[in-house]
Amino acid sequence: MATLLEVDGVSKSFGGVAANVDITFNVEEGAILGLIGPNGAGKTSLFNSISGEVTPDKGEIRLRGKRISGLGPVACSRAGVARTFQVVRSFDSMSVLENVMVGAFSHINRAREAARHALHTLDICGLGARADTPAHSLTPPEKRRLEVARALATNPTVLLLDEMLTGLTPTEAQAGVQLIRDVRRNGVTVVMVEHVMEVLLPLIDDAVVLNLGRVLTVGKPTDVVRNPEVIRAYLGDRYVAA
Amino acid sequence: MELTAPVSLRLGHSATIRRRQHALILGAVLIVALGLLPLPIHDVYTQNLIILTLLFAGLAQAWNILGGYCGQISLGHALYFGIGGYVSTLLYLRLGIPPTLGMFVGGAFGAMAALLVGWPCFRLSGHYYAIATVVIGEIGYLLFLNWDFVGGANGLYIPFKGESLIALQFRTSKLPFHYAALIYAAACWFIAWVVEGSRYGFAWRAVKDDVVAARSLAVRIFPSKMLAAALSGLLTGIGGAIYAQYVGYLDPESMMSGTLSILIALPAVLGGVGTLWGPLLGAAVLTPVSELLRSYLGGSGRGVDLMFYGALIMAVSLARPAGLVSLFVWPGQAKLRRRRGDAA
Repeated sequence: MATLLEVDGVSKSFGGVAANVDITFNVEEGAILGLIGPNGAGKTSLFNSISGEVTPDKGEIRLRGKRISGLGPVACSRAGVARTFQVVRSFDSMSVLENVMVGAFSHINRAREAARHALHTLDICGLGARADTPAHSLTPPEKRRLEVARALATNPTVLLLDEMLTGLTPTEAQAGVQLIRDVRRNGVTVVMVEHVMEVLLPLIDDAVVLNLGRVLTVGKPTDVVRNPEVIRAYLGDRYVAA
Repeated sequence: MELTAPVSLRLGHSATIRRRQHALILGAVLIVALGLLPLPIHDVYTQNLIILTLLFAGLAQAWNILGGYCGQISLGHALYFGIGGYVSTLLYLRLGIPPTLGMFVGGAFGAMAALLVGWPCFRLSGHYYAIATVVIGEIGYLLFLNWDFVGGANGLYIPFKGESLIALQFRTSKLPFHYAALIYAAACWFIAWVVEGSRYGFAWRAVKDDVVAARSLAVRIFPSKMLAAALSGLLTGIGGAIYAQYVGYLDPESMMSGTLSILIALPAVLGGVGTLWGPLLGAAVLTPVSELLRSYLGGSGRGVDLMFYGALIMAVSLARPAGLVSLFVWPGQAKLRRRRGDAA
């Protein structure tokens, strides 16, 4: 498989606090990559760099060999990066369909076409029946789906999911996992930040573990969780021997 | 791709889409009704009231494009209104360019002013933009007050040179002005309808609701605000030109005061910001009430109409935060709600 996204030596500090230090890893085309690590590991900061929301102090992020870091969120979206947010950001004055149309308008000019594309995307995300509902009256798991649909409507090559499954019931989380699989089946590469390990591990192809802003290890999910350093980062020294 | 056929079919029944079609039909009916309205009315006072209401419906809709859809609350729209009026009038007085043409030049100047204000001020967020527009509006007012070329505090009289459609001058009847105001209000409404359904309108609403989410979806924030400001300034400037021609006299107090800025914004706020019908509804309530209050309370009651506005806005924001327009439910939505109720 070809490399789609390259994160190459990315560092970013905020007022002296190093959020990311020399982060390097690749994302293969068509893969689901899990970005894991304890709170404050710098996962969301890295997402913000990849999606163009912040500019890395050092290093480069490339999509299909072309630099996207530092170009800003609009250029990143145009280049094919879409994202969801840890704290859901829906357009609350709009209906569900209209929310997704905003995403569709990124590459479609005509309203009718945008509406059709948006409804089609909502169907993929299992929200087709809720198209006319005001976005603010959706349930929390539906809002997560709406964010995915809105991001997908931009026709991305890579989708960044920031804690999409966190805070959901096990049933809802399983439905979310199915959605992520469907997304990948539609040809979109997925990079996801997640805390819920038991849901995440069977889903992802590769894992990147961050701790204190640095890459702790990169590998297959099953290998990564047995890595003593990962266990230490998550649970503390006591548990490493076991 | 098997889903394409059912998708198109369902779109036809989508309340989101149908609401726009219904709005267009209602708009057309209203235009016809408002076109017939003045025919049986011969009382000049009432005629004047209706003309002002229509003008303010158009102005509030112009404000609504920037303040409602795009969420950039401007309290300095009198600046664009005044510039539009002054430019069109000066072109007429000094160069003999008829106001039917001059109002578009005035509108263009209004748009340019809105862009000049937006260029630095759209970098401010939230309340700071609103405060900046208040200050800039006040600066414009003071400039015109002390600028002899535009008549200073004395203002400018537009001499009557005989009935003329080209010059927008009518004395024998108020009817032509009724239709001028109606065309203006209808044009503002229709333009709002068009942009509401376009990618620009969606971008504006996205900017208003959540800037971070909007730009992650490739919405260009600053250009979106600038475009909304330009369109809003353009329509407001044209409104100012029509108003100047209607009144026949303009001075900074009547064309550029801070109170006027508030009067332009209020109908939209009262009726419902970011909605198609809010500004019209708000103007239909506010303008007659304000005129009646002013005429009954006379000069001694100066400010009482504004106190009434304040009370009205407080009452509406407490009882109906989404504006008067939320009192009305669309047939499509009601049906949808009922259907959902049946299913549940």
